[in-house]
Amino acid sequence: MSTLIKFKIDGVECMAETGAYVVEAAVENGIFIPTLCNIKGVKPRGSCRVCTVLVNGRPMSACTTPVASGMEVENNIAELNDIRKAIIEALFVEGNHFCPSCEKSGNCELQALAYRFQMMVPRFPFDFPVRDIDASNPKIIKDHNRCILCKRCIRAIKTEDGKSVFAFKKRGRQLEINVDPDLGELFTDELAAKAAEICPVGAILLREKGYEIPIGQRKFDKEPIGSDIEKK
Amino acid sequence: MATNVQNIIEKYNKDKTRLMDILIDVQSEYGYIPKEAIGQIANNLDISHVDVEQTLSFYHFFSEKPTGKYAIYLNDSVVANMMGRQKVKETFEKEAGIKFGEVSPDGQIGLFDTACIGMNDQEPAALINGRVFTNLTPFRVKEIIRDIKGGTVVEDMFTAAYGDGENRNELIKSTVQNNIRKKGPILDDDYTPGIVIWKKLPEMTPEQVIDEVKKSHIRGRGGAGFPTGLKWEFCRKTKGDKKYIFCNADEGEPGTFKDRVILTERPKLLFEGMVIAGYAVGATEGIVYVRHEYTYLKNYLENLLQGARDRNLLGKDIGGIKGFDFDIRIQFGAGAYVCGEESALIESAEGKRGEPRDRPPFPVEKGYLDKPTVVNNVETLCSVVKILLNGPEWYLKFGTKDSAGSKLLSISGDCKYPGVYEVEWGFAVTDILEMVGTDIEDVQAVQVGGPSGSLIGKDEFARTLCFSDLATGGSLIIIGKQRDILNDIVLNFTDFFIDESCGSCSTCRNITHLMKVKLEKILDARGVENDINDLVEWGKILKVSRCGLGQTAGNPILTSIKNFRYLYEEKIQKDKEYDSGFDLAESVKDSCEAVGRIPNLN
Ligand SMILES: Cc1cc2nc3c(=O)[nH]c(=O)nc-3n(C[C@H](O)[C@H](O)[C@H](O)COP(=O)(O)O)c2cc1C
Ligand code: SF4
Ligand code: SF4
Repeated sequence: MSTLIKFKIDGVECMAETGAYVVEAAVENGIFIPTLCNIKGVKPRGSCRVCTVLVNGRPMSACTTPVASGMEVENNIAELNDIRKAIIEALFVEGNHFCPSCEKSGNCELQALAYRFQMMVPRFPFDFPVRDIDASNPKIIKDHNRCILCKRCIRAIKTEDGKSVFAFKKRGRQLEINVDPDLGELFTDELAAKAAEICPVGAILLREKGYEIPIGQRKFDKEPIGSDIEKK
Repeated sequence: MATNVQNIIEKYNKDKTRLMDILIDVQSEYGYIPKEAIGQIANNLDISHVDVEQTLSFYHFFSEKPTGKYAIYLNDSVVANMMGRQKVKETFEKEAGIKFGEVSPDGQIGLFDTACIGMNDQEPAALINGRVFTNLTPFRVKEIIRDIKGGTVVEDMFTAAYGDGENRNELIKSTVQNNIRKKGPILDDDYTPGIVIWKKLPEMTPEQVIDEVKKSHIRGRGGAGFPTGLKWEFCRKTKGDKKYIFCNADEGEPGTFKDRVILTERPKLLFEGMVIAGYAVGATEGIVYVRHEYTYLKNYLENLLQGARDRNLLGKDIGGIKGFDFDIRIQFGAGAYVCGEESALIESAEGKRGEPRDRPPFPVEKGYLDKPTVVNNVETLCSVVKILLNGPEWYLKFGTKDSAGSKLLSISGDCKYPGVYEVEWGFAVTDILEMVGTDIEDVQAVQVGGPSGSLIGKDEFARTLCFSDLATGGSLIIIGKQRDILNDIVLNFTDFFIDESCGSCSTCRNITHLMKVKLEKILDARGVENDINDLVEWGKILKVSRCGLGQTAGNPILTSIKNFRYLYEEKIQKDKEYDSGFDLAESVKDSCEAVGRIPNLN
């Protein structure tokens, strides 16, 4: 049996089922809280921090915080939107994102958020790191230049017997995604397609495939990310 | 090799949650973790290759490459540098004939930097194959390298006397000094191990124990200051077929070393505190998570645990209480400051990388192996024993109204008597300076609470140490007039956070680094007023990070701007409003030289 509770986002009265995460509960009420590392159906991890909201005045990641009765959530406020924009800018300067030459352009959630937050030029200096492209896997190409370390691939892609295919390696600014050398061989076409699909940026690409959907007809080409939620 | 590794894996029953222990043993056996071992471990534990690498590559003291027969880790913290680390480092490099970060071609010596090793009161200090070498001088370094070249084993390399107290115990034999300068209710010599277990617990219900702890108003000593009684009550009330008590002995905050002294001189008090906590919340297992740097205490602590089992202070029906079973094991870390954060600590003890969890749920609801878990600091657990022994009213007599009891302070830096002082809460910084034999005139600043705390100047020395004013986990670093605050302290601490971030949050991973780049621009005399303002603004972004590490990583810069803004202003260009920080002439210098052209940029 489900029970409905009341809470508020930016002063607007909302309803949700107990236990729902703030992000999902917002969607149900037609409110968009920007997210990047979160992905439907997979346990949330709160690592990009883009969905940060103020819960009763304290910053919390909306993707990992369950709603509670009477909760006051602040979401669409200048202070938070600037932090979100800064986070996105910092992700751009951390890697090497040359959107015009990227196969994910138009389907990329990082790019879409940058548009939504009207990022012009990052406030931070570019890092221009030297990173590899790993093409050792027969099914996918892992482009470390574009990886934003959102952990989606780690969380969502497992072998049939539940083992990790992707994992983190090292820590801090050396952090990177490591693809299992043994299990990579077991990659089915299906699993590879799923990995490329869930990657929010162009860091996991299918080999020998590309531009199946032409530029101009992609997910975020016509309307800013989140528009579908707000239309509800 | 394969059979050795296999033995290690089997010693831990092929249990993947013991991956840390397996890696620790392999590392200590070979001086590194060979590639073949990674595969063997993965196969035996039935996990992916990348899962083993994930844990292995996270920790500072695990290595995929040989670290040398003698692996030398020299502390690179602020106080080590104050005490003459540079000369020691140079001597190491000269005598060994290699640079830091390298291993000698014959595979004998490896030289590495490491973050604060908990010896701030006897710096410069280094770890060599897990043994601690303190008060290093260039002369001592020459002796050490001579011994190494002569093939002396590390255990025999102590030429001088051992340290005081239990440091000279047969099972420790270390040159570490306790430097206990002042004792109070916790460090009090007058303590009979087991007294609360025998005399008090049998007459109390778990609820009564929690009640006494609540009445004492004790708050956690690990830094966050959460009321201990409340934490226990939450855990007691959470349903679970098994519950755990963790003692947080990770002590990674640079400048803190009081838990080291407790582990050396009052370990029985700590173990008794854990048993009490176990009784109160209904836990059956306790784990002491000890930082890697204190591995030299391993045999000593494990022997004491055995002694406690023999005396029925651990095991079954403890203290004669029917059905009260509790035992303790020690889990070592492998070099990661973030593992002091309670949920990262738990992850690490489960054999994983020390990545903090999202909260809620809190450990009291879902902790170690997803079971209700209490995590408490070493000092907190010790205090509880004395509270139960003497009653909460007795405890409330110490300290101030909002901060009951005493606090162990780790004091180091520019002072005559660095060491551990147990004082009541409520003293002003000036009192403390006087106590440690420092003339206020010689002090420029005090770092309160380690890098994650704040850097305060003279006009704040009247502030008092307590939860409502200057709350602290107990580290105080005194910074003399002769020090260059921005270069020697702020930059070092900022680097520390960059190195120690788990990297999971985009904010902590990126913003701390970007602030450092900006700080360096200012230190390079290329900054302008707006760069200082940017630092303050960017610091706010860090506050949305998942854990305390990221949330406080900007503090060295932010608190020094707040209290020493003039140091920044002295370094910026006054005549400019904007400086891109980009020097075109400098950037094209190399290419111009290569083609023999003089750059003409006009
Ligand atoms: C980055 C980081 C490092 C920490 N390191 C320690 C530590 O070394 N020892 C400790 O007791 N608490 C440490 N803490 C605090 C713990 O998360 C936790 O609050 C504490 O162990 C709870 O025990 P207490 O209530 O007895 O203080 C750390 C927190 C953070 C965010
Ligand atoms: S590869 Fe893609 S999905 Fe995986 S962490 Fe990087 S950006 Fe995220
Ligand atoms: S704040 Fe830093 S250390 Fe803490 S979880 Fe986030 S990335 Fe890791």
